[in-house]
Amino acid sequence: MGPLLDKAAIEAVYRHEAGRVLATLIRLVGDFELAEEGAQDAFEAALLRWPASGLPDNPRAWLVNTGRHKAIDRIRRRVTLRGKLKILAAESSIAGPEADLEEIEDDRLRLIFTCCHPALALETRVALTLRTVCGLSTAAVASIFLVSEETMAQRLVRAKSKIREAGIPYEVPGRELLAERLAGVLAVVYLAFTEGYAPSAGTATTRPELCTEAIRLCRLLDQLLPDEPEIAGLLALMLLHAARLDGRSDGAGELLLLEEQDRTRWDRAAIAEGKALVERALSAPRRIGPYGVQAAIAVLHAEAPSFAATDWPQIAALYQVLLRLAPTPVVELNAAAARSMVEGPEPALQLVDALTATGALDSYWPLHAARADLLGRMGRKTEAQAAYARALPLVRLEAERRLLERKMRR
Amino acid sequence: MQYLLMIYGDEAAMGAATPEQGKAMGEAYARFTQDIVKSGHLKGGDKLKPSSTATTIRRGDGKSLTTDGPFAETREQLSGYYIIEAKDLDEALMIAGKMPFSAGAVEVRPIDSLARQY
Repeated sequence: MGPLLDKAAIEAVYRHEAGRVLATLIRLVGDFELAEEGAQDAFEAALLRWPASGLPDNPRAWLVNTGRHKAIDRIRRRVTLRGKLKILAAESSIAGPEADLEEIEDDRLRLIFTCCHPALALETRVALTLRTVCGLSTAAVASIFLVSEETMAQRLVRAKSKIREAGIPYEVPGRELLAERLAGVLAVVYLAFTEGYAPSAGTATTRPELCTEAIRLCRLLDQLLPDEPEIAGLLALMLLHAARLDGRSDGAGELLLLEEQDRTRWDRAAIAEGKALVERALSAPRRIGPYGVQAAIAVLHAEAPSFAATDWPQIAALYQVLLRLAPTPVVELNAAAARSMVEGPEPALQLVDALTATGALDSYWPLHAARADLLGRMGRKTEAQAAYARALPLVRLEAERRLLERKMRR
Repeated sequence: MQYLLMIYGDEAAMGAATPEQGKAMGEAYARFTQDIVKSGHLKGGDKLKPSSTATTIRRGDGKSLTTDGPFAETREQLSGYYIIEAKDLDEALMIAGKMPFSAGAVEVRPIDSLARQY
């Protein structure tokens, strides 16, 4: 018999195991909601049993097996035809040996790919992943999406119902689909991160807890699929951005530009880890992708002693690589900004003006702010003010508005 | 599971195809159909006549109204369908992805087998 356990200790064990337990239960009972109910029942059973019995030798196996039995009990209590069919299916799996625990890590990967399946809307994938894989409460996910808990609960129920009814598989995709589906999973992880780094709405300047969750999830993916350079690249990119998160605003909550930041506030340990991951991604047999290149750019920024002493030629060259891999208007804008640090504002302004003429980034305030910055550096103050005036109505965060107003006064 | 694959295309564009293009398309669909017969996925399906041949019965307020034309007037019309047997949505999407259509869309919808009464 193990040490005596109080409720807090059991909750800590459960929090640690909940993701794995749920992932395996979904495979065993073949239904998201039933698995969630079973996992909750198992936790309640643990609260009753463990204080007297002590911690089982393998708490994870105990929770999985208890959850599975509780799920079967729930099915038995349902009298519908559908329920009876499920009993047959579930009992055939329960009749076998105890849950094969070696498969648990695979189950977590299955769960991630199912939650990020392209048959679900992108926002739904993010919400379902945060709720199911990361274990955030429905209320927490609702607050991220700025909807009521009830609305989010309904959205999650609809998503789980589509998984069941449309036959979205609970599987890691085969080789022919893996690259495409992994890109979709990484997009979900990165969207969660950027929503934490620069929330698209609301009053908070950042939501660091969301960045932490995205990094945790990417670490898990990296551990489960260690040979995928884009996972390492994305993990590095997020670590390097997160390392500078604290330095992005001053004590009064004002956003600081890269050139204004106190570089001693950057997290050196996270920067070192990010750099090591970029080196790993660069040496992988498969070629580096857009996340890896962005991470390499972030390494150069993070290691520069000052804004002026940054290796701008190398950054500009990496942006040209990124443009070939991911030719999007936002990358074009960033490439132009990097070029301005090497060749001066004139050639960069030509690129930005051409980009402005396409109209693709009309409602993207950083385009107008970058144009204003280049014009200002060239001494064309009136045009710079006009460009800032175009950027201002497009910002969503108060802190961004104050940053622009500060630049306009210069 | 069974899935209904609904093929939507622009009838005007299809009508404007040359006889050679039409023949090539017909042969491509024949090959696709042969492939999914051989692989055991095909359960049924056919090409449909144009939506101009459709008649719709609408019901509401206790009344029925029969009208000329398809249920919805859209730029793309339902031009044919397959019923396939697939292990899961990914297999169904893989099969739908091999269809030889060059423009338009295929909607993949699971068939509710529990409601089947035959």
